[in-house]
Amino acid sequence: MENSRRNFLKIAGISALGLSATPVLDAFALDISMLDMKINATPGKDAITAKRWGMVIDTRKFESEEDLKPMIEACHKIHNVPVLENKRHEIKWIWEEEFKHAFPNLEHEYVNESVEHLPFLVLCNHCKDAPCVRACPTKATFKREDGIILMDFHRCIGCRFCMAACPYGSRSFNFRDPRPFIKDINKKFPTRARGVVEKCNFCAERLAVGQQPACVEASKGALVFGDLENPESEVRRLLKTNYTIRRKVALGTGPSVYYIV
Amino acid sequence: MSDNHHDKEDKKMYNKGEVITGIVIFLVIFAFPFWYNMGKAAPVPQPELTEKAKAAKECVEPKAFMKTEHMQILNSWRNSVVRNKNRLYINSSNKEFDMSLSNNCLDCHSNKAEFCDKCHTYASVTPYCFDCHIDNPKEK
Repeated sequence: MENSRRNFLKIAGISALGLSATPVLDAFALDISMLDMKINATPGKDAITAKRWGMVIDTRKFESEEDLKPMIEACHKIHNVPVLENKRHEIKWIWEEEFKHAFPNLEHEYVNESVEHLPFLVLCNHCKDAPCVRACPTKATFKREDGIILMDFHRCIGCRFCMAACPYGSRSFNFRDPRPFIKDINKKFPTRARGVVEKCNFCAERLAVGQQPACVEASKGALVFGDLENPESEVRRLLKTNYTIRRKVALGTGPSVYYIV
Repeated sequence: MSDNHHDKEDKKMYNKGEVITGIVIFLVIFAFPFWYNMGKAAPVPQPELTEKAKAAKECVEPKAFMKTEHMQILNSWRNSVVRNKNRLYINSSNKEFDMSLSNNCLDCHSNKAEFCDKCHTYASVTPYCFDCHIDNPKEK
């Protein structure tokens, strides 16, 4: 066949395309399961487990903001939660809220005075049907089999869909690198990086070694943590003997944090 | 028509000198990184072990395996701990290890600059582990 410039260009073009396509094809052919090496692993022998973890907060035991501080500080300290003065950059795992903001659907203009001025301790509700889990496009937020709504920070892309989805404001976004804003770092727990969302993890790392959550430990009995699906548990006993409320139940998220009022 | 198309004049290469000079100049510039760095290959780095790591003799798996597969191990450790609640690793010789980059790996290898960074820099990889995991749990 007689060669022409036209033919030469055609062949060159097709060859270049073929060469550039191989890495793409290789990537598609890669078996994803190869990336996750099979390993032998077990939970630690001290780990405490439940079908569905939940918490009961006895608000009658708190009178002022001061009473909530030890719990907030205990949590924020061990989890390396930074202190950012700018409200718009604030990171919080557990914090204090007024009744009208914590329970907007129960508030009315004649609400009794004790409740009106009582400080409420709020945190992630670890919902039964968590909207944040549904909203997360990367499965960075997921529901663990024991009911804890947990985050895999490695996988968070910082889209903040979960923050929009959460009706409790339990999630915070790291607009800045948090490291400079952590006073004394707990070296046993990682910090977060700029661009990821974070929230309460029900102290998954402490349950794994048989400890109660840090806030519960610091609460002197006002917070009780346990298995909601075990009728013998302390939380179930409290729920049976006390009138309790939950936050924004009508939304159907099924919060696992109960308040005795 | 086709005869006209393929006659002698048509096959003549125009501006031969300039075109070939151009191609040669292009190739020289294109290959710049290769000939510029010729014979200047950086020596393969030797990561340094801390006293604690030396005393332990063996890592969670044999050295050769750790050298090539530590990133895969860390990846599966992460999945195991975060997703499946399994925090203890049982290695190929049935020893148990806490699967924690911060509290276990970096406890022995507390010299990030001489251990981790040396190879990572050489291989031109920038893992983001240390954006969150505190690199020296004992000191500072």
